[in-house]
Amino acid sequence: MGVFRGIHDWLDERFGWAELTAVLKKKTVPVHRFSYWYFLGGMTLFLFVLQVLTGILLLLYYRPTSSGAFESVSYIMTQVKFGWLVRSIHSWGANLMIGMAFAHMFSVLFLKSYRKPRELTWVSGMVLLLLALGFGFSGYLLPWNTLAFFATTVGTDIAGQIPAIGHWLLVFLRGGDQVTGATLTRFFGFHVAVLPGLATLFLLLHLLLVQRFGISVPPRIEAEWEAQPQKRRELHFFPNFLLREMMAWYIALGVLGALAALLPWGLGTKADPFAPAPAGIKPEWYFLFMFQTLKWIPAKIWFFDGELLGVLGFGVAGLLWLLLPFFDKGPSHRISRWVTGIGIFMLFYVLSMTVVGYIAK
Amino acid sequence: MTIEDIAALRDSRAWLPPLLLLLALSCLFPAVSYAQTRNTCIECHSLLDPPLRVTQEDFSQDIHSQKGLTCAACHGGDPTSDDPNVAMGRAAGFRGKIEHNRVPEVCAKCHSDVAYMRQFNPSLRTDQLSQYRTSVHGRRLAQGDARVAVCTDCHGLHNIRPASDSRSRVHPLNVAETCARCHADSQYMKSYGIPTDQYAKYKASVHHEALVVRGDLSAPTCTTCHGNHGATPPGVASVEFVCSTCHAFQAQLFDQSPHKDAFTAMSLPGCVTCHENHRIVHPTDALLATNENSLCGRCHSSGDPGFEGAQTMHAGLARLQAAMEKSDEVLGQAERSGMEVSQARLAESQARDALTKARVTIHSFTPARVAADVQEGLKVSHATLEAGMQALAERDYRRKGLGITVFAIIVVLIGLWLWIREIESKKGSA
Amino acid sequence: MQTEKSDGPAPREAGAGPTRRRLIGFILGGGLIASAASFLYPLLRYLLPPPSADLGSDTVVAGKIGELKPNSGKIFAFGSRPALLVLTAEGEYRALSATCTHLNCTVQYRTDLREVWCACHNGLYDLNGRNISGPPPRPLQQYDVHVRGDEIIVSQSRGA
Repeated sequence: MGVFRGIHDWLDERFGWAELTAVLKKKTVPVHRFSYWYFLGGMTLFLFVLQVLTGILLLLYYRPTSSGAFESVSYIMTQVKFGWLVRSIHSWGANLMIGMAFAHMFSVLFLKSYRKPRELTWVSGMVLLLLALGFGFSGYLLPWNTLAFFATTVGTDIAGQIPAIGHWLLVFLRGGDQVTGATLTRFFGFHVAVLPGLATLFLLLHLLLVQRFGISVPPRIEAEWEAQPQKRRELHFFPNFLLREMMAWYIALGVLGALAALLPWGLGTKADPFAPAPAGIKPEWYFLFMFQTLKWIPAKIWFFDGELLGVLGFGVAGLLWLLLPFFDKGPSHRISRWVTGIGIFMLFYVLSMTVVGYIAK
Repeated sequence: MTIEDIAALRDSRAWLPPLLLLLALSCLFPAVSYAQTRNTCIECHSLLDPPLRVTQEDFSQDIHSQKGLTCAACHGGDPTSDDPNVAMGRAAGFRGKIEHNRVPEVCAKCHSDVAYMRQFNPSLRTDQLSQYRTSVHGRRLAQGDARVAVCTDCHGLHNIRPASDSRSRVHPLNVAETCARCHADSQYMKSYGIPTDQYAKYKASVHHEALVVRGDLSAPTCTTCHGNHGATPPGVASVEFVCSTCHAFQAQLFDQSPHKDAFTAMSLPGCVTCHENHRIVHPTDALLATNENSLCGRCHSSGDPGFEGAQTMHAGLARLQAAMEKSDEVLGQAERSGMEVSQARLAESQARDALTKARVTIHSFTPARVAADVQEGLKVSHATLEAGMQALAERDYRRKGLGITVFAIIVVLIGLWLWIREIESKKGSA
Repeated sequence: MQTEKSDGPAPREAGAGPTRRRLIGFILGGGLIASAASFLYPLLRYLLPPPSADLGSDTVVAGKIGELKPNSGKIFAFGSRPALLVLTAEGEYRALSATCTHLNCTVQYRTDLREVWCACHNGLYDLNGRNISGPPPRPLQQYDVHVRGDEIIVSQSRGA
C-alpha cells in the first residue's frame, strides 16, 4: 500500500491528483427500479474498447488487398496461435456492441434521459451509433469473402439511390464504379483510421457531457423523489457502481470467449467478382430491418420510385430521431407521450423486421 | 412558276423523250438483276405440292445455294427459262429426279473433283466417294440394295448445311439421331439381321451424356468409332485401337496385361468385352466383384489366380474408398464444430485423384500395380484424417481452455460480489 | 441493487471482519490473476508469428534447387489448385496449372514426349501450356517462376 501512497503523492504534487479524484469521488448514480439500464452505456464502451484492442491485434497479420485479405484472415484463423480467438471475439464483439448500442439508445429514449440539458449528449450518441454502423459495414467487407462482397455491393447500391448525391456517394464509397480491391483498401482506411478518429472525438464529447450533467433520473422517479425526499437513493460511482460494472464486463468477456470457442465465426469462400451473386444475399442483421422494409415497399408508389421513397423515408426518420430532444421538452408536453408511443412502435418494428429479414429467403 | 414555264411544260418535246428513256431503262433493271438470281425451277416448284415442292426459303438455307449454285448443278436443265419444255428439256441436260442408287455419283461429280472443290473450300476432303465405297452402305449399294443410306439420306436434300452448323443433320450433336432414323427402326432393318437397339443403348452411355447433354464436342458419337463415309463397325481386332484414340492409358495398360493375349486367343475384342460397345456406362467397382453375376466370374472361378487378383484389387479399392469416407466424416464433424479445415478438404481431392488412377490401373490386371496406387491414396487419406482428428483435438483444447477461463471469471464474479457486499455493509452509500 | 442499510447483514464479532476481508481479497485477487493469465497467455502466443509465413494466394514456394532432375516434373499445391513444375532438359524451369481444361483431371509431365499429358483422355499440352492434341479445349494457365536463393518461387503471371 505504501507504494500506491507514494505514487499518489508524487502525482498530486504535480497534477493536483487529489483534487481530480475528489471530483470523481463525488460522482453518484441514482438507484431506482430502472437503474439496471444504466449499465448499457458502459457496456457499449467496454465492448468498443475490446474491439479496438482485438482490432489492433488483427492489424498485425491482416493484409487489405484483394489478393491478400482472405488469405490473411484464413492464416489468422488456422496458423496464428489463438488467432481464431482474437478474430472470433472481434466479429462477435462487433455484433454485441452494435446490439448493445441500440439497446442503450432505446433505454435512454424510454427513460427520457435525452431531455434538457442533455440534448447534445443524445445527438453525440446518435452520431456514435451511426459511426458504429459504419464500423460494422466497413469491417464486414474486410475478410473479402463471397457474402461480404455481395452484401457490400447491395448496400452501396442502396446508398447510390439517394437523390442528387447518390452516384457520387456510391463512387466515393466504392473507390470506383464496382466493388473491387480498391473498395477493400478504402473500407480498410475508413475502418482503422477515419472512423476510429471520429469515434474517439465523439466518444470524448459524449463522456464529457455525461460527466458534466450527471446521470439523469426518469421523470416519474424524479416526481416520486420530490414528493418523498427520503426515498432518494444514490450510489457512489467509485467504487460501488464501477465494481458492479466490472462484474458485467467480466460476464461479457466470458460470453465472448464462449461464443468464440463454441461458435467460431466462419470464413466462407473467397470473393470472386466475376461469379454471379448467390441467391438470398442479405446484409448483417443490424441492417436487416431497413433491407427488409425496402424489399417490401412496392416498386412504384404513385409515380415515385418505391426504393427511393424508402431510402428517403429512413433518412427523414433518422433526422427526426436525431433531433428528438428539440421536440420533446418536458413531461407535461403532449409530444412526450407521442415519443414514448413512437419509441415502442419503432422498437417493435425494428425487432420484428429483423426477424422477418432473417428468416425470409 | 411563270406563264413561260407552264408554256414550256406543255411542250411535250421537252419532257417526253427523257421520260421514255427513263421508263425503258427502268424496265431493264429488273431484267438485269433478275437474270443473275433467277431460278425458274424454284419459281414453279415452290407452288407445287410435295414431293415436288421446293421453296426458296428451303433452298436458301442450302450451302450450295449460298455458294451460287442452282438446281441445275445436280438436276441439269435451264434455270433461266420460263418455258418448262426448255427448262426441263433434254437439250439443257435435264436429269429429273436422281435415282436413289445414282446419288453418290452425282454428288461426287463435284465433291471428288479436287480442282473444283478448291475454288470453294480448299480444306474440304474430296475422298468421300472412295470412302463410301468401302463402307457397308456402299458395298450393299453396289450389290443393288436400294434401301441403304446414300449422301442425301444423312445430309439432307435441298437444305444441306455444313457439318459445323449445329442445325445440320450431320453435326456431331445430331449424328446419332440421324443414324437412328434407320438403325433404330426395327421394321426397316428387319431383313438385315442386326440389332436396332444401338441408339437406345448409346443414349444411356456416358459418351452421349458428355456430348449431347454437356456439349463436350470431343466426346464420341456413331461416326467417331464407325467412321462417317466409310462407316463400318470396327472388327474384333481393331476395337481396342478405336477406343485407345482417347483412352490411350487404359489401352497401354491393357496391352501389358495378361488379358491381351488371352483375349486375342479367344477372339474377344478388347474394351467392349467388359464395357459393352454402345451402352458404355460409368464403370463402378462392382465390375471387379467376384460373385456369380459379375464380369470376372464369367471366365474366372474361385481358386484361379485371376479370381484372386480380382478380389485383391476390389478389396484395395474398397479400402481406399472406406478411408476416404472416414476422413470425410471426421472433417465434416470438425467443420460443423466451427473448425477451419479447408486445407485438408483440398487435399482430399488428391485422394480422389489417386482412387481414379487406381481404377484406371486396373486395366493392367496386375494387383501389385493397383495396390501401389491404392497406397498413394491411403497415404493422403490418412493425412487428411489426421488433420481432421487434430482439428477435433484443437476444438477440445479450446473448450477446455474456455472452461478454465470461465471458471476464473466466475471466481472473479463471486469475489466482486462479496467485496461489494462487504464495503456496502460497512460504508453504505451516500 | 444494493442500497445502504444502517445495520450490517448480521452482527459480527470483531476480528471476523479483517479475516473476511482477507478471504474476499484472496478470492478476488486469485480470480483476477487467473482470469488475467487466461487473457494474457493467448495474447502473448498470438503476438509471436507462426513458423510458416503467409505469402498470399498468388505466390508459393514450389520446391528447392536440386529437387528436380532435368527433364522431369513435379506436382505442387498453388494455393488451392494443383500446379506442375517442370525442369526442362535445357535447364529451364516452367510452371503451369495442372488442372486439365477438358474434365479437370490432374496432368503430368511425360519425360519421353517432353510434353504435358493428361492420362484421362490422352490430352497433350506443350511446355507453354498450349493444348496441342486431344480433347482439351483451352491451354493451361502459365505461371511465373523465379529462383530466390535455393527456393523456386512460383507466382501468378503479372499482366498476362
